[in-house]
Amino acid sequence: MKRTEVPDVLVVGGGPAGMAAAIVASEYGAKVRIVDENAWLGGQLVKQTHKFFGSARHYAGSRGIDICARLVKEAEERDVEVMLDSPVVGVFDGLVIVAERQERLAAMRPGCTILATGAGENAIAFPGWTLPGVMTAGAAQTFVNVHRIRIGHRAVVAGSGNVGLIVAYQLEQVGINVAAIVEAMPSIGGWGVHAAKVRKLGIPILTGHTIAEARGTEHVESVTIQRVDKAFRPVSGTEEILEADIVCLAVGMNSRTRLAEMAGCTLMHVPALGGKVPVHSAGMETSIPGFFVAGDISGIEEASTAIEEGRLAGLSAARTLEAVSGVEYEERRSAYIEALAELRSGPFGLARREAKEEVVKSHERRYA
Amino acid sequence: MSNAGRTRIREHPVLGPLAEAPECTIIVDSQPLTARVGEPVLAALLANGIHVVRRSEKRNEPRGLFCGIGLCTDCMVTVNGLPNTRSCVTLVEPGMVIGTRKVEP
Repeated sequence: MKRTEVPDVLVVGGGPAGMAAAIVASEYGAKVRIVDENAWLGGQLVKQTHKFFGSARHYAGSRGIDICARLVKEAEERDVEVMLDSPVVGVFDGLVIVAERQERLAAMRPGCTILATGAGENAIAFPGWTLPGVMTAGAAQTFVNVHRIRIGHRAVVAGSGNVGLIVAYQLEQVGINVAAIVEAMPSIGGWGVHAAKVRKLGIPILTGHTIAEARGTEHVESVTIQRVDKAFRPVSGTEEILEADIVCLAVGMNSRTRLAEMAGCTLMHVPALGGKVPVHSAGMETSIPGFFVAGDISGIEEASTAIEEGRLAGLSAARTLEAVSGVEYEERRSAYIEALAELRSGPFGLARREAKEEVVKSHERRYA
Repeated sequence: MSNAGRTRIREHPVLGPLAEAPECTIIVDSQPLTARVGEPVLAALLANGIHVVRRSEKRNEPRGLFCGIGLCTDCMVTVNGLPNTRSCVTLVEPGMVIGTRKVEP
C-alpha cells in the first residue's frame, strides 16, 4: 500500500460525501487519504439498487451502486489513498487517531480533516422488538442486496418515508412478501413516485398505524399492528395480527457526530435534519478551523446532497490549504451552493433548506 | 411460520446472479458449516439457518441481526477465541472458529 506520512486532507468515511470530497480536494494537488472503518468503499451506496432522481448533475436515472462504482473509480484515478478497515477512534486537540487495519494506532495531524461519517438508523421500541427478525430497514437492505441472504418470508415495514418504501419494494423484488407498511403519521412520508411503486405491488400502506407488538419465542412469528389517534396514542380494540417473520424499522436516522463532538465542534439541535448536527459554514467548515463536515453527519438528507456537500467541503479544504485560486474557488463554490439549493427545493426539500440556513447563520453569528 | 429456508439469493432481478466466491468450512459451536470466503460471519450463520447468535446476559433472550453495519453490537459472537466480535462486519476466513454466545439458564 502506498503511504504518505501525513495527508494534506484526511477524509473520515468513504461514502458518497467522503469520496466526493476526496476527489475534489485531490484535483488541486492535495495529498488526500480516506480512512473508513469498513472493508470496502461506498458507505451505504453499496446497497442502493434503485435509480436516483434529480438532474443529470446528480446522476438521475443511475442506480446507487453504479454511482458508487463511478466515485470509487474516480478516486482511484486521482490517486486518493484509501485505508480500509481503519476506524478513527479519537480526535484530541486536532490530533486524529486511526486504528490502521484494526492493528496499530496511528496519530496524525492533517492539514484539513473532513468528517463524512454518515448516519445511524433510529429504532422504535415495542414488546418483542429485541427478537431476531426485528431489524432496521438498512440491515434488511444490506443483507438482501449486498450479502444476498433471504432474511425471511414475510415482512412488516414500520415507516413510510423513502427508506421504508424503497426497502419494501426491494424485499418484494427478491420474493420476500411485504404484509404491510405501517405509518404513525396521518400521511405517507416519502415521495409519491416510491409510494406508487409499492402500491402497484399491492402492498398496503396503513397510515395512522403503529406496531404494538412482535411475538415469537426464538424469532418473530407474528406482528400485532394497531391504530393510533391524532396524539399517536394506540387505540385499543383496533389490534390486528399479521403473520410475519421480519419487521423492518424505517423510522429515521441520526447524524453520527461522535468524532465531531470529540474534536470539540459546536453542535446544535435541528429536528428537520434529524437531531444534533455540527454547526457549519456555507462552505461546510465546523466551529473548528480546518475541520469540515459533509453528508449525513451534517444533517440527514439524500445521497445526491451528500455528494454535493462533499465536493463543497473538498473545495473548501483546498482553499484552506491555499491550493486553489480565489477566482476559481468563488466560481466553483457558487456552483455547488446553487446545486445544493436545487436539491433542497420542492415540498420535501424546503424544510431542509431552511434548517440548513439556520445552521449556517448560527455559524456566521458565532465564528465568522 | 417456519424459520427454515433462510437461503442465499442466487438470482436478483437487478443485480443478476450471485457472484462466484470460494467456499470454505468454518466451525460454529463445534459444528462444521460451509461459508463463502469474505462474507460477514453473520451472513454465513443466517445462510445456515442460524438466526440466534447470542443470548442476553440477564434475561437469556435471543439476539441476532439488527443494524447489520457494526453499530449496534447486538450480533456479537466469539471469533477465534476473541469474544464480543461483531459478526455483521467480521469477514469469513477459512477455518474460522465461531462461538455463538449461550448463557446457561
